[in-house]
Amino acid sequence: MIQAVTAQFQLDYGAFTLDAELNLPGSGVSVLFGHSGSGKTTLLRCMAGLQRAAQGYLAVNGEVWQDNEHRLFLPPHQRPLGYVFQEANLFPHLTVQGNLHYGLKRAKGSQVILDQAIALLSIGHLLTRKPERLSGGERQRVAIARALATNPKLLLMDEPLAALDWARKQEILPFLEKLHSSLAIPIVYVTHAADEVARLADYLVVMAQGRAIASGSLQETLARLDLPVQIGREAGVVLQAAIVEKDQQWQLARAEFPGGALWLRDDGFALGQAIRLRILAQDVSLALTPTQDSSILNSLFCTIEAFANGEHPAIKLARVAVGESRLLCRLTHRSVQQLGLAVGQSVWAQIKSAALVK
Amino acid sequence: MLDAADLTALWLTLRVASLATVLMLLLGTPLAWWLARTRSRYQGMANALVALPLVLPPTVLGFYLLVLMGPNGPVGRLTTALGLGTLPFTFTGLVVASVLYSLPFVVQPLQTAFAAIGEQPLEAAATLRANPLDTFFSVAVPLAWPGFLTATILGFAHTVGEFGVVLMIGGNIPGRTQVVSVQIYNRVEALEYAKAHWLAGCLLLFSFVVLLLMYTVLKTRPSIPSR
Repeated sequence: MIQAVTAQFQLDYGAFTLDAELNLPGSGVSVLFGHSGSGKTTLLRCMAGLQRAAQGYLAVNGEVWQDNEHRLFLPPHQRPLGYVFQEANLFPHLTVQGNLHYGLKRAKGSQVILDQAIALLSIGHLLTRKPERLSGGERQRVAIARALATNPKLLLMDEPLAALDWARKQEILPFLEKLHSSLAIPIVYVTHAADEVARLADYLVVMAQGRAIASGSLQETLARLDLPVQIGREAGVVLQAAIVEKDQQWQLARAEFPGGALWLRDDGFALGQAIRLRILAQDVSLALTPTQDSSILNSLFCTIEAFANGEHPAIKLARVAVGESRLLCRLTHRSVQQLGLAVGQSVWAQIKSAALVK
Repeated sequence: MLDAADLTALWLTLRVASLATVLMLLLGTPLAWWLARTRSRYQGMANALVALPLVLPPTVLGFYLLVLMGPNGPVGRLTTALGLGTLPFTFTGLVVASVLYSLPFVVQPLQTAFAAIGEQPLEAAATLRANPLDTFFSVAVPLAWPGFLTATILGFAHTVGEFGVVLMIGGNIPGRTQVVSVQIYNRVEALEYAKAHWLAGCLLLFSFVVLLLMYTVLKTRPSIPSR
């Protein structure tokens, strides 16, 4: 059996054309990332069969759900998928319990899976309530559980956090991370928020003007220099690291990533704990020497791999290699000239801050 | 007081209106669903046809029905060929005419209620494996129930109140086509004002109570947020 999600859709609305091809891993979270109007939601709706593309093909882990060339189109209710809408879209005439059982009954799902989803999303105390008496975050958690209760083979999530404020978003993100580690099925997650990408993605697809312009593992794709301009000021990389040392005196912890290590504030880490770090290009600067007269804690020896133009003529982006890992840094064109920076040169990357994303 | 003829008229009216309402709901529901959701270019045409009885004088509708269902009309020939005889001046004919005449009062509230549901709950149902028919009964009908209530009451009450169409297509046959509105007319013609008062009062009270009930129930129904 092929462990992959293969999707190919073409659709022409005159002003907007979708022409996208995806090859996603058969498990884990694949994020479709792009600005509004890039076609990511339309693509997701095509995958669900909610939107009928003129040309389309979709196979999920070996099962073909749509193949227009062979006149195959499964309507949405015959596709074993779960769909989480941007706004929870619960049935207002049913209680939470009624909403959860709606799909369970029809998909002949299992109560065991539903009970697990109820526990995972902590909604057990809401079962008798009507959706109108839930907060936005609670609604979205019920909507996720409702989708999981159908025991889907593919989970599609359309900006599930976009309608929520910052606090509600922080309330749900941990549940999504738990979901990520407890589900074996592929999840396709649409978002335009870079922080959600950094926290949730294993695989990243960047969409623009109805096309998938880049795709690959999160680390590889974020380190590509031809994309950050499109991602804008939030350009940066994500590193997978593990805590290897704790410094009791200064309350710091050392996180090792492939090719290097960083000192971080110790937020009560356990030794060996796996963490994900996000380092923004604007928080990295380059120096010719390992300066000791700076307040910056982390200075990494690295090699310049490439330069690219930023969104303004004064700005350059550089990609540097720290062992097997890559960092992006934003610097001015003048600095590049004055320091005489060139591809292949060895320099020191000074990292002002690394955000812990999980 | 009401005499035997009045009670017969009342009972007949009740039967015609009930049967017509059931038929209108059966016909009007799929029609309203289609009108609320179609993007067909015939939608405007269909809307106009359904709404016609709202603006036409009942005598015009009654006249055409009489011509169509009469022995020389196409519908009349068909019903004769089928051994049903002709429909004018029969109970069946009266029901058929009532359905056509009151249909907009059933279709329009339903159409509005269905349109107000929007695509979203229906899409959610589809992603939860409900086929279109299942979605209709498990999501659309419960969400549109105020529309069904309004449609039932308006359809029934409007049928009770019709006069012109009845006179054209049904005539004035006691026990078969002589409904309350016609009976009131008979009483007034015969200068039996006291008897006319009783019947007219019944209809007035009935109409008021029905409308009062409808507005009370619709006002106190639990608010259904769109999401």
